[in-house]
Amino acid sequence: MLFPKKETSEVERPYSKRNPSKHQSDFGTDFGSGLQKGIPIALGYIPVAFTFGLMAVSGGISPWIAILISLTNLTSAGQFAGARLIITEASLFEITLTTFVINIRYLLMSLSLSQKIIPETAFIKRGIMSFGITDETFTVASLEKHDISFGYMLGLISFPYGGWALGTTLGALICSVLPKALQNSMGIALYAMFIALIVPSAKKSRAALTITLIAVALSSLFNWAPYLKQISAGWSIIIATITACIIGALFFPREEV
Amino acid sequence: MLNRIIIAVILMAIVTYIPRVLPMVFVKKRLSSRFLRSFLYYVPYAALGAMTFPGILYSTGNISSALIGMSVALVLSYYEKGLLEVAVGAIIIVYLVQFMN
Repeated sequence: MLFPKKETSEVERPYSKRNPSKHQSDFGTDFGSGLQKGIPIALGYIPVAFTFGLMAVSGGISPWIAILISLTNLTSAGQFAGARLIITEASLFEITLTTFVINIRYLLMSLSLSQKIIPETAFIKRGIMSFGITDETFTVASLEKHDISFGYMLGLISFPYGGWALGTTLGALICSVLPKALQNSMGIALYAMFIALIVPSAKKSRAALTITLIAVALSSLFNWAPYLKQISAGWSIIIATITACIIGALFFPREEV
Repeated sequence: MLNRIIIAVILMAIVTYIPRVLPMVFVKKRLSSRFLRSFLYYVPYAALGAMTFPGILYSTGNISSALIGMSVALVLSYYEKGLLEVAVGAIIIVYLVQFMN
């Protein structure tokens, strides 16, 4: 819904139950189906996580800390920003707030999935499932025709989690071996991925495109305008995001989200 | 210094998990505030936009190679290439540009 991907057509489910709440949940079957759906996501994560490991370690973070960040955070944008702030020795408050604001979008995704999981799912299972919500797992899960079970979600997040950790480890360890020119080139990978996530959605919605451009304009302002440029990168992202979203909510309110 | 980094990592993990877990565990109904729903809807676009630009310009150590890499990423994603293709395509172009300089 947020980031429609090309795999959409593959997401058509064999389940034919019209009433999703009647879907019979079998842990093994659901887990297997989730695992399968997670493979393409995991493949996409490896180069991005690789870049993260590379970026973190070349910035002075030790390899095991880089891996620990990937294992505990499992998020692209938030941990890139967090790691960059750790490298620049930003305050703990700034690191925490920046990561939080970048991750606020998960509120919406989690909210959307909360309407879609089998209602009887236990508290603790909901807690475990929600750890694996990312832009990509959310997109795949929310496009499923049937209700989401614990087994399915666990399967879906397994390979991406593994791929994220594997990519980070490789990037962190290979860092020093790669030639500098290649290391520099890989710095663009995360941003290229951001662009690949936004552009297909933004080109279908004028409102989304407008909000994206407003955010870009604001963050440019905080980067170049006199006085304003003293604001750190972390705060500039926070202020630009919140301002652009308020403008979006005021001028392009959504009928159904 | 190391302790400070570990505290930062723990804090990052907590504030990443909180928005993921709270609605899933506690929300049973739809949010009624249209403003809030619209605000949340635009967060990914605004956040990714603000994070990408101008940050992307400083991602390669050379603004002109970054601009060319960004253009390639924009074109590839306009034609809806996958994440992997766009990322690898941008890396290769940036590498070639830097190699030629």
